[in-house]
Amino acid sequence: MAVTERPWNLRESYLFDRTVIAEIQRASREGIYDIRGFGAKRRLPHFDDLLFLGASISRYPLEGYRERCATDVVLGTRFAKKPLELKIPVTIAGMSFGALSAPAKEALGRGATEVGTSTTTGDGGMTNEEREHSETLVYQLLPSRYGMNPDDLRRADAIEVVVGQGAKPGGGGMLLGHKISDRVAEMRDLPKGIDQRSASRHPDWTGPDDLEIKIGELREITDWEKPIFVKVGASRTYYDVQLAVKAGADAIVVDGMQGGTAATQDVFIEHVGIPTLPATRLAVDALQELGMHRQVQLIVSGGIRSGADVAKALALGADAVSIGTAALVAMGDNSPELEDEYREIGSSAGFYDDYQAGRDPAGISTQDDDLAARFDPVLGGRRIANFLRVLTLETQTLARACGKSHVHNLEPEDLVALTVEAAAMARVPVAGTDWIPGSNRT
Amino acid sequence: MAVAERDQQAAVEHVDLETTPLRELNQRLHDLAGSPGPAAWRIVNPNGAHAVACGLDSDVEVEVEGHVGYYCAGMNKRATVRIHGNASTGLAENMMSGLVVVDGNASQSAGATGRGGLLVVRGDAAARCGISMKGIDIVVGGSVGHMSAFMAQTGSLVVCGDAGEALGDSVYESRLYVRGSVASLGADCVEKELRDEHRTQLTELLKAAEIDADPADFRRYGSARQLYNFRIDNAGAY
Ligand SMILES: Cc1cc2nc3c(=O)[nH]c(=O)nc-3n(C[C@H](O)[C@H](O)[C@H](O)COP(=O)(O)O)c2cc1C
Repeated sequence: MAVTERPWNLRESYLFDRTVIAEIQRASREGIYDIRGFGAKRRLPHFDDLLFLGASISRYPLEGYRERCATDVVLGTRFAKKPLELKIPVTIAGMSFGALSAPAKEALGRGATEVGTSTTTGDGGMTNEEREHSETLVYQLLPSRYGMNPDDLRRADAIEVVVGQGAKPGGGGMLLGHKISDRVAEMRDLPKGIDQRSASRHPDWTGPDDLEIKIGELREITDWEKPIFVKVGASRTYYDVQLAVKAGADAIVVDGMQGGTAATQDVFIEHVGIPTLPATRLAVDALQELGMHRQVQLIVSGGIRSGADVAKALALGADAVSIGTAALVAMGDNSPELEDEYREIGSSAGFYDDYQAGRDPAGISTQDDDLAARFDPVLGGRRIANFLRVLTLETQTLARACGKSHVHNLEPEDLVALTVEAAAMARVPVAGTDWIPGSNRT
Repeated sequence: MAVAERDQQAAVEHVDLETTPLRELNQRLHDLAGSPGPAAWRIVNPNGAHAVACGLDSDVEVEVEGHVGYYCAGMNKRATVRIHGNASTGLAENMMSGLVVVDGNASQSAGATGRGGLLVVRGDAAARCGISMKGIDIVVGGSVGHMSAFMAQTGSLVVCGDAGEALGDSVYESRLYVRGSVASLGADCVEKELRDEHRTQLTELLKAAEIDADPADFRRYGSARQLYNFRIDNAGAY
């Protein structure tokens, strides 16, 4: 019987709903935890819980399409000789070659380049396709150090020391054996077909004092040219941001718990870390307290889907945001056109999260040559560019409505919250009140 | 005759880190990748400085007189770096090629993630020597600390003394040779037969390292390859 036809007298348990029951049954059948891609799927406080006030009598708006609202952002102004100059405040997050196919990586580079923003390597090293098609490329230094080498460090435009990811703060990486093609194996110096587990700690430093020395070494190797970012999964964000500043970061990436992943235990994705909303506020607090807000740039990620999300993150004080999952969707991930094929592999368009499995009918999260060949990097690049343009236009629309001639002029005072939780986390008042729960104001 | 004077006569570029900023030294060494310059360098008074001679990419010979801090010769390519003293954490980390020799001891994570070349530690190396190594060869005259060769991928680690606890934990395809005792083997690391090909390799590595030891005295360890693909029956090993 189809679900919609079930009798009205049947009552589903809130605690043991169908997904919970299915998971208990799966676990008892398979004897192993669920590993999947995508980000947290449960409902969490997010930017949706905030609203912009817009201009009124006390503030006047800017004219849409007539009065300029600038969107440029410079990342890495603190120490680097060559900071990144981006045209829009939205960047492409690090996603590994290995997790993603080579043409998908190429498309990300093409799209980002077309609109003047950066893309990022990932756990698995830099590919030539990606370097060639990305005008501005950030090179990640991860615990695994797969493919790490000084030539790629020097041909990168910035370096990102990855301490953690929002989907799994405190977790290492995972690329299951069936995604290890010859090329991936060679880039990572490992045999083909085995599960590749990336370490969760860096092999040659522990703690903030070592990190400072490590950053010093990276600067020396690259002659102080490249901006050095530090990426953390959102957890103890206030302290992490302060320690990253102390360690000499030029920019800090804070990835909230909604952040996507290619392969992580579901229990980790859903239960570790804090949402992007409070993390953004904590990061800005930490920077402001050190007098480093806007000196050390803040890039926020984890669940950015629209220009509204971008604008709200900026209003809370971020300098830029980055996108992972939304970029995959923009390229065709979870497309209804592939519904039949998703069904064949036990999923459905709009629900697909098995990035770890490598059987992606869209040719994005796979290393299978035939599947990857389905993906057109030129078309994918155009879609990425289109999507980034829409995010930017939407962000500008909201900024103009608040009377801002630069998206960075958005401020917390432009925001109110719809829920008590969001008000407390973002430290903006509940709509229609002057109440900010948890603030000392009476 | 003072060392500086002798160096001048022998066309050895002499750099005193007490008077020369580290940045200037490393920049000059990096510039050799593009335009030829002195082939031999002597660095005095390193006084534990970090990142000394890291990121080199030329066929240069660098002698360091004294102790160095973290990441000396990090990501080295082609160059020979000899440290006449001790080295702190991350010596020759992620080295690509070339030769790095330390006369004294090396602290944690020596040769970490190294992808090529030869690292020689004449004294002892501390914990995590050769962690995540990816093709580098490491020869240690003395002993190594715990968790050495953790997740070692390829390349060889030769230990002429003893190995600390959990040697080769989660090792992949690296070859581990130990002459003395092994406090304990890590998960999935087992003793393996020392065949002729291994004796030949050991002989070559010891010779390259200029260490006098008999290859026949060593035992070989490597991966049992039981943890290569996750199996729930192995959950107890994790
Ligand atoms: C397929 C995929 C692969 C990823 N690989 C990496 C990686 O290699 N390194 C990393 O730091 N983050 C990785 N991430 C996380 C992203 O960099 C980013 O933090 C996250 O996707 C942002 O959240 P969003 O997906 O909600 O936009 C990956 C994410 C996805 C979806």
